[in-house]
Parts: sequence; C-alpha cells; structure tokens
Amino acid sequence: MSAHKEVLYGLYDDEEIMLDAIRVANKQHLDIMDVFTPFPVHGLDPLLGLEESRLHIAGFVYGAIGTLTAFGVMTWIFTRDWPVIFGGKPYWSVPAFIPITFELTVLFASIGMVVSFYTVCGLAPGVVNPVLDDRITDDKFCIAFQTNGLSSSEIDKYSSFLKSTGASEVSSKVI
Amino acid sequence: MSAVVSKIREPLITGGKSYHDITEDLCSPTESVPNATWIFAFVASVGLLTVGLFCIFWTIWFGIGAWNLNRTIGWGWDITNFVWWIGIGHAGTLISAILLLFRQKWRTGVNRAAEAMTIFAVMCAGLFPALHTGRPWFDFFMFPYPNSRGPLWVNFNSPLLWDLFAISTYFTVSLLFWYTGLVPDFATVRDRATGLRKKIYNFLSFGWTGSAKHWQRWEYLSLVLAGLATPLVLSVHTIVSFDFATSVIPGWHTTIFPPYFVAGAVFSGFAMVLTLMIMTRKILSLEDYITIEHIESMNKVILCTGSIVGVAYLTELFVAWYSGYVYEQFAFYNRAAGIYWWSYFGMMACNVISPQIFWIKKFRRNIFITFFMSIFINIGMWFERFVIIATTLARDYLPSSWSYYYPTWVEMGIYIGTFGLFFVLFLLFTRVAPVVAIAEVKSILKTGGDQYVGKNATHAHHHAASHDHGHDSHDDHHAH
Repeated sequence: MSAHKEVLYGLYDDEEIMLDAIRVANKQHLDIMDVFTPFPVHGLDPLLGLEESRLHIAGFVYGAIGTLTAFGVMTWIFTRDWPVIFGGKPYWSVPAFIPITFELTVLFASIGMVVSFYTVCGLAPGVVNPVLDDRITDDKFCIAFQTNGLSSSEIDKYSSFLKSTGASEVSSKVI
Repeated sequence: MSAVVSKIREPLITGGKSYHDITEDLCSPTESVPNATWIFAFVASVGLLTVGLFCIFWTIWFGIGAWNLNRTIGWGWDITNFVWWIGIGHAGTLISAILLLFRQKWRTGVNRAAEAMTIFAVMCAGLFPALHTGRPWFDFFMFPYPNSRGPLWVNFNSPLLWDLFAISTYFTVSLLFWYTGLVPDFATVRDRATGLRKKIYNFLSFGWTGSAKHWQRWEYLSLVLAGLATPLVLSVHTIVSFDFATSVIPGWHTTIFPPYFVAGAVFSGFAMVLTLMIMTRKILSLEDYITIEHIESMNKVILCTGSIVGVAYLTELFVAWYSGYVYEQFAFYNRAAGIYWWSYFGMMACNVISPQIFWIKKFRRNIFITFFMSIFINIGMWFERFVIIATTLARDYLPSSWSYYYPTWVEMGIYIGTFGLFFVLFLLFTRVAPVVAIAEVKSILKTGGDQYVGKNATHAHHHAASHDHGHDSHDDHHAH
C-alpha cells in the first residue's frame, strides 16, 4: 500500500441491510473495494466473490512437514546416531514413535497456519492499519469504494448508491 | 420494537441487546476501575501465590527431600496435582474446539474464559513435573537438542517424554487459538480507547480492521485449529494415562485408562468452568450472556462424563475380579478398603453418586446447587488421581516395601500456590481482555439470541401491559 487511497464509505446499521446493498451493487456492477464488519457475516463471501481461502491447504503442508520431521529425526537418532535398546525392543520401534509424531504434526500445522494467517493479512504486533470508523468494530457494517481519480459524477453515483440502499452515514476519507 | 424469539430454543443472549449493547457490556470490565470484590480476590490470590513461591523456593533450596516421597511412593501430591490441573484444562479446549465443530452456539458465551482457564491450568500443571525433577534448572535436558554429551538423546520410547511433547504442544496450540480469537475483540477495545490504552490495544490487536477477507481467513483458521485441537486434546490425557498404563503396576496396567482419563478430564474441567463462570457472571454482571441455559448445557456434559467415569470405575472393579489375577484383585480391594479407603470413598461419592442429581432439570438449572456440585466434583476428581497414584504405590508387590504417604507442608504449600497463580492470572485476564468473545456473541445474536429471526421465529407478545414495568418480568425481556 504505497499511495494514498481516497475512500468513500457508507455505514449500515444491520448486516441484512448491508447484504441487500451489496446485492444491489453487484447488479449495478459497482466495484466494492472492501467491506468491514464487527463480526464474520455469513453469506458475505459469495456476494463479494471472495475465493475460498487456501489456508487449510497450507495447514496440511505444514502438518506433513511436522510428521516427516518428527518421524525422520527419531528414526535417525535411534537407528543411526545413537542406537540404544530399550526394554528389548527393536531400535526402530515405530509404534512408540506415533505419539510424538502426532504431536509435532499438530504443532507444526498450528504454528504454520497462524503465522501464515497473520502474514497474508498483514497483521502483526505494532502494525497500525487505517480505521475508517471506530464503530466498525462495534455495531456498524461498512461498504467502502476507492475513489482515486474518479470524476465527481462517478463519486456521486457511489454516494447515492450508499444512501439509497440504507446507509445511515456516508463519508469519505483519505487513508 | 418487538423482538423476535425462537419457539424451540431458549435464547442464549437475553435482555434484548443490540450489537452496541453487547460491546458496551463486554468491554466495560476492561475500562472501569475494579470493584472491591475483585480487589479482595486479587489480594487473596497474591497471598496464596506468595505461599506457593516460598514453598517452591524451599523445595529448590533443600531439594525434594522436603517432600514426603520415598522409595515406595515416588509420586505423591506432585503428580496428583499435575494430572488434576491438566484435566481441568481439557474443558476449555472441548468448549472452544469440539463444540465449534458440532456448531453448538452456547459455546460463544463461555469459550473465551474457558480457554483462558485451559492455558492457566496447564501452566499450573507444568510446574509439578518441572519441580519433581529435583534440579529444575536442568529441565531443558528433557528436550532433544544436539548436546555435548555425545550427543546423548532422550528416550523417545518413554511415555514421560511423550507427555512432555503432548503438553508443550497443547499449551502452544491453546495459546494460539485463544489469542487468534482475542485479536478482533482487542480491536473493539482499541477503537473505544484513547491515548496510551489505544496504543497498547492496537499492539495487542495486531492492527485488525475487520475486512471481509480477513474474517473469511479468520473463520477458516478457527475451524482448522478446532479440527486440530480436537484430536490433540484427546491425545493429551491419553498420553497422561500412558504414564500409568504402560507400566506393570497392578491397577495402572489397564487398557481402559485413556478413555477413562479423557472423560474424567472433561468432567473436572467443566466443573471448574462452572465454578469460575458462576462467580464471573455475578461479579462482572454478565447474566445476560452466561445464562441459565449455558449452565444447564454444561451440567448435561457433567452428567454425561460423570456417568462415563462411574462406568469406568465399575468396569475396573469387574475386570479385576474377572481377570482372576490376584495382584490386580488385591490392588482394587486395597483401593476400596485399604489404608486410603477414605479417598476412594470421596472419589465415589463426589464423582459418581452426587452428579446423578443432574438427571433432574430443576437441579441442573439451580445456580447454588451447580456451584456446590462443581466444587464437589473437583474434590472428587482430585481424590481419583490420589487413589490411582498413592494408593496403588503404597501397596506394591513386596509387602516389605509397603509404605504410607502424607504430604509435608511444602507440598501442600505448592498446591495452594498453584491456586494463587491460577486466580491471579484469571483475575488479571478479566480486567485486560473481554471475558466473553464479543464478535462471536454478536454473530449468534440473531440466530441464538432473544432476537431470533430464523424459520421458527415467533413475535414475542407485544401488548400494552408489557410496558408496565414489573408487571411480568418475562415480557420485559422481550418487549423493549
């Protein structure tokens, strides 16, 4: 995010009104920049055309790395690096490796997914993201349009859309 | 405005709240000066923690000879307390993960506090094995790292090492899950704050904005973490039970241990959640968010897991008799009628018999009975671990080695200290973070709250009489 963004946004009082507004926007082919809500609103993703997140695929890969790491390291240690006989069992006692292999699978998958989540969302301790309105994390549902380089008549079209679909407040901000 | 209610389910959020009311109610404890009850509780907890710290210092200074363990009874209060605290932690993960997968909406009222309880309980639990090593400053030897001793590795075939991995993983995953849920709520607190508080909460909220794509990923992450935490939580107490079950001690060497330990863990954990939530909802006035409906749901889980535990106790007795194995038979005779008969009695009375009153709906919905039962159950579950550990060890194969064990003041002090640690952390948590998950409660307001708008919705009675306050408290709830 390099250059400043000029943003026109409307605040709605209820998620149902906002969802209806997005349906109207889709019919009018208006290009919504983003939607901000105080909680996950179900049915929003398909309306905005958001692709399914691939976070779970990443989680599978991290988990697989954990499985291989745990099993590989224990195998190497007990068959190559320092073989020790415990209780008359074979060096490579696979059933006894299962609990730790499982735990590290879960650990790698969880840490990997959480780190990926914050990275792709651009969230981290100390990050200050611009907030359009303080009430978005409280009880307002916000539809935002980017208006850089748009003519005033186009901006009017967006703002009349917001007003006509039930936005309780319409404002603009440079972020 | 007349609210809309569900015909088939009781609301999980009462009081006709709007989204803004939810924000106000749940953020206010982080924004106000603590009341006298909180301050008193905090000072008392710090006092208990001080006792614990002193006894930990004593243990480290003089060694674990300050405890009453001996050659026969190598595990006493320390491992009893360890298993007890770990078990308590399990309810948090069950509520936040398993109930999320089952789409149980009542979890939203209690999941945040229950997860916090999990994390603090695991911290308390970890203290005991860490001290039991005798030289806690060498505890890092337990982790497999390339070392200058060969490198000589740890024994990956040992259940005690599996336990180390299980508990470290459990703690880490619970913390990540809990914090990810907290991030949007910290943003809510941030956007209400000014000055330094705003800076602190912005730091804690990682710059959360509430963008649709972020919410989508957040929900995916929560769901997959729940999917991972579910087998994880079952594995943790399974592995704790392996500490016993893989040995050759009669009374420990049983295949029933994993399911029996997991059920017992959930049982004691829910009891602790109830103890905490009944106090919290009162002190922080959260009765509209943690309703009788929540308490009843938890009591049902307690009844179910308590009965599983009861069946497990009886199965153990039956199998001991049926095995025809004299040592096994003696072990169980000794538990019920031996030197520690009183702890077996306490276990049976608190865990098996008393929870059966929850078959009656009136008792499930009674706060006082629930509160006392929750404490009973935790006492009973402590006795269960003591029975398994101390009673079994006190009467082993060689009668010449038979011994008796009772704790020293140092061991008691450390146990008391973990209560201090637990409550200090929990009390701080109630002032710093929203105790009820704000975003998640808002997301169920219209499907599970008293403003239900789904298929079975019905308009609440909205007649003139309902405006007369005090006329009918039930109407008052719905008719504003």
